[in-house]
Amino acid sequence: MSKSYRDGLPISPEKFVDQLMRLKRGSIGRREFLGLTGLGVATAVMARELGIMPSPAFAQESLGDRMSIATWPNYHDPATFENFKAETGVAVEVNVFGSNEEMLAKLQAGASGWSLFVPTNYTISTYKKLDIIEALDMARLANFDGSQQDPRFTSEGTIDGVAYAVPKNWGTTGFAVNTKKLTKPITSWKEFWDTAMAEGDGRTMVHDYQLTTIGNALKYFGFSFNSLKPDEFAKAEELLLKVKPHLFAVSSDYQPSMRAGDAWMTMCWTNDGAQLHRDIPEIAYVLGKEGGEIWTDFYAIPKDAPNKPAGYALLNYLMDPKVAVKEHLANGAPSTDARVNALLPKEVLDNPILYPAAELLKPLEFGAATTLTDPGRAELMARFKSA
Amino acid sequence: MRSNILRHNFLTALLLGPATAWLVVFLVLPFVAIAVFSVGERAPEGGYQAAFTFAQYANLPARATAFWNTMVLAPAGALACLLVAYPVAYYLALRAPERWRLILLALVVIPFWTSLLMRTYAWMYVLGGRGIPALLTYVGFEDIRLINTPGAVLLGIVYGYLPLMILPIYVSLERLDRRLLEASADLGATPISTFLGVTLRLSLPGVMTGFSLVMILLLGEYLIPTLLGGGKVFFIGNALVDLFLQSRNWPFGSAIAITLVLVSVVVLLAASRISTRLSGARRVDLI
Repeated sequence: MSKSYRDGLPISPEKFVDQLMRLKRGSIGRREFLGLTGLGVATAVMARELGIMPSPAFAQESLGDRMSIATWPNYHDPATFENFKAETGVAVEVNVFGSNEEMLAKLQAGASGWSLFVPTNYTISTYKKLDIIEALDMARLANFDGSQQDPRFTSEGTIDGVAYAVPKNWGTTGFAVNTKKLTKPITSWKEFWDTAMAEGDGRTMVHDYQLTTIGNALKYFGFSFNSLKPDEFAKAEELLLKVKPHLFAVSSDYQPSMRAGDAWMTMCWTNDGAQLHRDIPEIAYVLGKEGGEIWTDFYAIPKDAPNKPAGYALLNYLMDPKVAVKEHLANGAPSTDARVNALLPKEVLDNPILYPAAELLKPLEFGAATTLTDPGRAELMARFKSA
Repeated sequence: MRSNILRHNFLTALLLGPATAWLVVFLVLPFVAIAVFSVGERAPEGGYQAAFTFAQYANLPARATAFWNTMVLAPAGALACLLVAYPVAYYLALRAPERWRLILLALVVIPFWTSLLMRTYAWMYVLGGRGIPALLTYVGFEDIRLINTPGAVLLGIVYGYLPLMILPIYVSLERLDRRLLEASADLGATPISTFLGVTLRLSLPGVMTGFSLVMILLLGEYLIPTLLGGGKVFFIGNALVDLFLQSRNWPFGSAIAITLVLVSVVVLLAASRISTRLSGARRVDLI
């Protein structure tokens, strides 16, 4: 589907100029001109936004007319928010983030303005400890059905029996390889790092994210993804410093470089892997044999959310399997909800990127809260990046 | 007489009021807050926790590479800007036909109307695999990589900061008294010695202003190294972003920020000194 800025415009630029010329020639009136070009409506809308004209009362007045959500890049079907707006009148502003730490920093600083956000499993206990997320009022989430969720992926949303977050989707952290450029099969993290220093020299990307970059360096030696042991850290650091000069980039925004052919191999999350493979079939997604990370992203509501009614309304809307299935098709990450899986087409359920073989999933570890907040790991990442 | 002076003082205070308030609210208060943070401790979950310790300052060597990269790259970038900007400013001020001058100046300024972020993103695509390298491959070269190299970072810096260098130099050249050039020629100086002895010398205040303006901004740069350098070269700006947003060590970040401000002040004072010395008796205030 091609997307142009012209789609959805009330009038094309050519037609606008056409009408403008007619107005200048005097062959149409000013009022007529405003109507034909849509400028009249636009002015009226602007006036209302700016408070010059009073806004009409909405049916769902309690929802307000806008809210904002904090989420990840390439993570939603844009139509979802359009449809939500059509149904409720609430416009959704989407804030995109690169890491959980950034989200945490923004929420911790206060007044983030978000009414819904998408934290990853290991951060939820930290949010709870800092008392900045809301205990969810499940009565307002009629579309959510806990009995249909796969508990393997969803337990971290609930702390001491209280639900603080409901799952969006799960996924893994593997790597994407352009098999036309790197023809030798790569199946493990050991081979990933070794290739980065050989055939993949100057063409390999790692995340700008300590959790995955350090975690997968630890996997080179077969250590735990979540290790906090100093001697294991030291070996991971040695490897990272050795690889650093051979890297193409340290960045979590790897899709553009992979698509352009600048990078041939990158650490990669399931949903990005699925999107890359869908558009460029020679890009394969690989899970390291030694293991690595498995994750679940959740939806949660900040305590200081400026528009909680709209936050709940959108969350409930997203929990509707009919809506969620479109989200999964656009985003590419697998679902935790049996009702959604039942609606997904067979080729999606058979896609090994989304639903990998059990023996590949088995060694994967969920990131731990301490892994994210440990100052030692943060310092190690900084030393790697500044080397 | 006395009441006149009083009225004068009152008026001065009144006129300076808004600027002073602005400075206090947006410069002094944040600076004080950062200074307080910098002697604190990192809270267990990240952020800031009250304390009084200079441990963060003692830890500064842990970011020595970032300081070193910035201290080398900021002057180098400013110098590269200067080398490109001076001929342009010279042409604009002294050689360009009068009726073209405004249009040419506008061409220098107009790119500034778009955010640097957008323009740097554009360079990512121009230098990336589908841009110039694709063209080169078409012509017959093999797999040339331009993006995420030091050259790309330097190009981004020159491109992004050029107008800031051109304008002050242009202004100082534009005010140049042409009769001095004629006098120099009448007295038998060659064009080169006129340029070195008169034009260049009299434009030095502009050069120093442009140089320190670009240099100060480069000291805090983080966007260009991230986007065009692939995040491999760590600047102080990148260290700050990391400390505040990733490892959430606000006190250490604050200590680095304070150090950066102090370094910037030293650089400015030095630039001001040098400028005063070079342009003879004329005093040039940069700050």
